[in-house]
Amino acid sequence: MFSLAKLIKPALGLLAGFTMMAAATTLAAADETRVVFVTHGQSGDPYWSVVKNGMDDAAKTLGVKAEYLAPETFDMAKMGQMIDAIAASKPDGMVVSIPDAAALTTPVKNAVAAGIPVIVIDSGGSKLTHDLGGLLFMGQDEFQAGVMAGERIKALGLTKAVCANHEVGNSSLDDRCAGFAKGLGVDVPVMNGVIDPTEMKNRVIAYMTAHADTQFILAVGASGAEPTLAALDEMGLSGKVKTGTFDLSPTILQAVVAGKMEWGIDAQQYAMGYIPVAMFDLWKKYKIMPIADYPTGPGFVTKDTAASVIELSKQGKR
Amino acid sequence: MVSEIRDERVRSVSRLSRLLSRPELGAAAGTVLVFVFFAITAGNTGLFSAKGIVNFLEVSAQLGILAAPVALLMIAGEFDLSVGSMIGFAGILIAIPAVFWGWPIWLSLLFTFAICGGIGALNGLAVVRTGLPSFIVTLGSLFMLRGLTLGLTRGISGRTQVSGVHELAQNDPLNSLFSGQVLSGPIAWLANLGLIGKRADGMPAISGIPVSIVWWIVLTLACTWLLTRSRFGNWIFAAGGEANAARNLGVPVARTKITLFVMTALAAALFAAIQVLVTGSADTLRGTQKEFEAIIAVVIGGTLLTGGYGSAVGAMFGALIFGVVQMGIFYTGIDTDWFKLFMGAMMVIAVLFNSYVRNRAMRSR
Repeated sequence: MFSLAKLIKPALGLLAGFTMMAAATTLAAADETRVVFVTHGQSGDPYWSVVKNGMDDAAKTLGVKAEYLAPETFDMAKMGQMIDAIAASKPDGMVVSIPDAAALTTPVKNAVAAGIPVIVIDSGGSKLTHDLGGLLFMGQDEFQAGVMAGERIKALGLTKAVCANHEVGNSSLDDRCAGFAKGLGVDVPVMNGVIDPTEMKNRVIAYMTAHADTQFILAVGASGAEPTLAALDEMGLSGKVKTGTFDLSPTILQAVVAGKMEWGIDAQQYAMGYIPVAMFDLWKKYKIMPIADYPTGPGFVTKDTAASVIELSKQGKR
Repeated sequence: MVSEIRDERVRSVSRLSRLLSRPELGAAAGTVLVFVFFAITAGNTGLFSAKGIVNFLEVSAQLGILAAPVALLMIAGEFDLSVGSMIGFAGILIAIPAVFWGWPIWLSLLFTFAICGGIGALNGLAVVRTGLPSFIVTLGSLFMLRGLTLGLTRGISGRTQVSGVHELAQNDPLNSLFSGQVLSGPIAWLANLGLIGKRADGMPAISGIPVSIVWWIVLTLACTWLLTRSRFGNWIFAAGGEANAARNLGVPVARTKITLFVMTALAAALFAAIQVLVTGSADTLRGTQKEFEAIIAVVIGGTLLTGGYGSAVGAMFGALIFGVVQMGIFYTGIDTDWFKLFMGAMMVIAVLFNSYVRNRAMRSR
C-alpha cells in the first residue's frame, strides 16, 4: 500500500538538514563584514548596473557580504525609510547616495548617530557628506563634469548646442545640462526626451528639423545617446552635427571609434561599487579608512581610448 | 412571397445614420481637429514633409500595434496592464539567445512569440479561473515580468542592455519582416520627381516606409474584420456587455477572453521584435508605461472603459492622435519644458471633441 509516512520521513530529514545549514551560515556570518548599499538607482538602470557589478565583484573577491537596495521609483520618502530600516539591522557599513538632501538628511544623520559608518556615493557631494558625519564622498560632480564637457565644445568653436535629456526631472541629469551650458558660456535649450528609443529618435529628428542650425547635441545618458546617433544617421548628419554623451555603452564606444561621436564621459562608477566594500572590510578588520574624498570621474573616453574600453563595457565594468 | 413580408424585428437604418453611430467617428473627427491645429501652428516646419510624416507615423504605428488587440480585449471587458513589461521581457528573450547562446534570430523570434503567447494564456486563465479583476491580475504580471526581465538579463549578461543584434540579424530570413522598409521603389520614383525632399548629404529624405506602419494597418484591419465580421467578434461584444447573459446564450466567454489575452501578449512581442531589430539592442526598461499609452489610445478611439462598445479602427485613430501630438509639438518650436502640459491639453480637447461629435450624431438619429 502507498504509505504517506514513507514520503514524509525523508522530507523531514531534508528539512532538518536545511535548518542546520541555515544555522551554520548565520553563525559564519557573525564575523563576516556586511555592507549594505541604499541608492536611488535601481540595478535595472544601465549606469547603476555597473555600480552593482563593482559591489558584487568586491564582495566575491574579499569574502564580504554585500546587499544592494533601491526604491522602485524616484521616491525619496521611501528611500529614507529604507535607510532607517537598514540602520536598524546594524550593518558594518552603509553606502548611500543623496540625490535629495532635504529628504535624506535625517535618516542619514540617524544612521551615523547609531554608530554606523556611512560612505556617500554618486550624488550628495563632499560638503553635505561631511556635514552629515559621513566618512567620505565618492563620485562625479555632475555639474563640474558638465562644465568640462561644455569647455571642450567651446574649444571646437561651436556655439549652437542642445541638451537632449531623456529623463527630465532627474536632478543629476539636469545638473549635467546646466553645467554644460555654463562651460559653453551660452544658453543651451533642453530637449525633453523619453526612455522609449523609437520616440526618442524621432524627437531628435523633429528637433533637428525645427532647429537646423544646431551644431552639437549633448546626450546625458546611454538611453539618450543611442537614439541620437540613430537620428543623425537617418538624417544623413552623422559626423556633420557633432555629439557627445555622459555614460558609456558598447554602441556609444563603437560610435566614438568610428568618429560619429566626440566622446563619452565615464563616471567610472564601477569604483563606487567596488571600493566602499573594500574600505568597510578594512575598517571592520583594522579600523583603516582613507582621509580624503575620492572623485571617480569625469573620465573622457575619446577616439584614442575607446577601442580598448569596448570589451570592458560589454562585461558591465565600464 | 417571403420577401414581401416585412420582418417586424428588423428596423431599416439609413446608411448615413449607421455611419454616424460608429464608435470611431468621434476619434476620426478628433484626428481632423489635431491635424488642422498643427497645419496652422507648424504647417511649413517640416511636420508634413515626407520625413515628418514617416516620423510621426512610426511613433503612432508602434502604439497602434498594441492598441488594436488591446481595444478588442477592452471591448470584452478586461484590461491587460502587463503589455508594457511584456515588451521589455520579449525584447530580452529575443536578444539573449541570439547574442549569448548563438541562436539564429528567426529561432529566438519564434521562441519569444511562443513564450509570450503562453504567458498571455496564463494571464487569461488566471483572470477567468480566479474571477479576480484583470486589473489586479495583470498588475501582478506587470511587476513579475519586469522583475524576471531584470533578473535574467543581469544574471546572464551582467548588464541591463543587450546590444549587437544588428550584426547578427543582417542575413536572417525574418529580419526584413520586422525592421525593413517597404515601397522603396515608388519612394525612389517620387524622390526623382523631387517630391520627397533631401537630407543634408543630398540623399532623399526617406528611402522607404518602415514596415512597422504596415504591421499597424494590417493588424487594425484584421482586428476590425474579427470584431465586425466574425462570430468571434460577436462573442467579444457579448462577453464585454454582460458576461453572464452571454454565457447563458452559449457564448464561450472564458475561451474568448483567454484568446484575447494571448493576442495582446503576442502584440507586445511583435512590438518588441520590431524595436529590437530596428534599434539593434534590447533593454530591461523598454516598454515602460506602454500599457498605459495603449489604453489611452483605445479610449481616445471611442472604446468604453467598461467594455461592450468600441472599435479597432478607433484605436488606430487614437494612436494616430497620440503620435501626431507627441511629434508635432517639437516642430512648433514651443519650449519643450511645456511639452507634457501641452500634450495633456491636446488629449483632453481631442477626446472632448470626440464625445461631442458622437453625442450629436447619436441624438440626430
